[in-house]
Amino acid sequence: MADWMTDPAWTALGLSLRVAGCATLLNLLLGVGVGLLLARGRFPGRNLLDTLLTLPMVMPPTVLGYYLLTLLGRRGPLGGWLDQHFGINLIFTWQGAVIAAALVAFPLVYKPARAAFEAVDGQLEQAGRVLGISEIGIFFRITLPLAWRGILAGLLLAFARALGEFGATLMVAGSIPGKTQTLSVAIYEAVQAGQDDSANRLVLVTSLVCVLVLLLAGKLAPGRLAER
Amino acid sequence: MPTPRFDLAISQTLRSGTRSFSLDIALHSDCQQLVVYGPSGAGKSMLLKAIAGLNRPDAGHIRLDGRCLFDSTRGICLSPQQRQLGYLFQDYALFPHLSVRQNIGFGLQRGWLNPGRRRQLAAVDYWLEAFGLGTLADQLPATLSGGQRQRTALARALVAEPRALLLDEPFSALDPALRQQLRSELADLLQRLPIPMLLITHDAADVQAFGQQTLYLQDGRLVEPPAGLTETSHG
Repeated sequence: MADWMTDPAWTALGLSLRVAGCATLLNLLLGVGVGLLLARGRFPGRNLLDTLLTLPMVMPPTVLGYYLLTLLGRRGPLGGWLDQHFGINLIFTWQGAVIAAALVAFPLVYKPARAAFEAVDGQLEQAGRVLGISEIGIFFRITLPLAWRGILAGLLLAFARALGEFGATLMVAGSIPGKTQTLSVAIYEAVQAGQDDSANRLVLVTSLVCVLVLLLAGKLAPGRLAER
Repeated sequence: MPTPRFDLAISQTLRSGTRSFSLDIALHSDCQQLVVYGPSGAGKSMLLKAIAGLNRPDAGHIRLDGRCLFDSTRGICLSPQQRQLGYLFQDYALFPHLSVRQNIGFGLQRGWLNPGRRRQLAAVDYWLEAFGLGTLADQLPATLSGGQRQRTALARALVAEPRALLLDEPFSALDPALRQQLRSELADLLQRLPIPMLLITHDAADVQAFGQQTLYLQDGRLVEPPAGLTETSHG
């Protein structure tokens, strides 16, 4: 029993949930913010920006991981700056894994968020203005409640994607058991080392979590709210 | 000399690709109820949106009851929020996620949150009662008939006691059979409101029911009304 409880699979699961949770939170802010900006803003280079923001969806995760490594590494432009001024190093940390997972899953939040904002009838926002409501009030009282379901669907997909992230995470955070070794990475390591028992347990845990996420998605997602 | 109720001079040019449309009108009236009549594409909505502050004219001024809302030479342009006008949108623009009660009370509650479903405000109750919407207070707009939607939208515009009322084709979203009845209802109600009112329409029947003065808008300019229209509007 004690053996079952201290299984490293739980550590890997906890880490995976933490990384995916943080990445999803990050994408909630970034994806929704950028989605709103591109849905509403009219500025030159908008289409180019949209293409760039969608790239993570089609690029191999290892390529994204390599870019991050170059950017965030101690000799990279951002990594060097962070190291010099704050003594922060993101490579081979779980926070680095969060950034990798967030980048890979970003378009899954940004795309539906943008579409959801574009689907909100601009006349409703104008009605709010005429009624004396401030711009920020209009966002929270009209735009967000009407776009929320589309955004939520994107967030759930992004969470699932971040949970399964492998390539970029391995490049940026490596595979340090108990520190950066997430479920997907742990499965790979277990199979490579011929530890079939361990691999079986990890795969079972991952599958259960995926089913749970899907069930939760069914409970929260469109349909229920739409009826009202 | 009393200040005129409507004192407008607006010029605005919209460009879209190679096409352009320009609105250029000057309007001075002491009538309380004004109807601007014209075919679609004449610039009626553009005029109404300029008054409401939803689009900004290139030049000119807008004064209602002596209150300056816009003046390009003095650099004044009040935001729609500051103008305190009532606006009845063509398809009513009710908030689909809010109940009738919440829709009507929308403008009375400031801040980031919508009025709660249970929140009762005396002013909202008054208009619910006055418009016979009491039994529908907790329903969503999607469940209402056209006439009920119109009354909800009108209550939402009036509850905050606006300084003027702007009406954009108030009957075009309705069943033709309903229009005549609702026209006389709305005309009665508006008779009792002391605020300036401007209605835009492309339907000659609206001209007969409303307005002490009718202006004819065509291609962005105010022109002499066609003979047939003048007769009916005086009749």
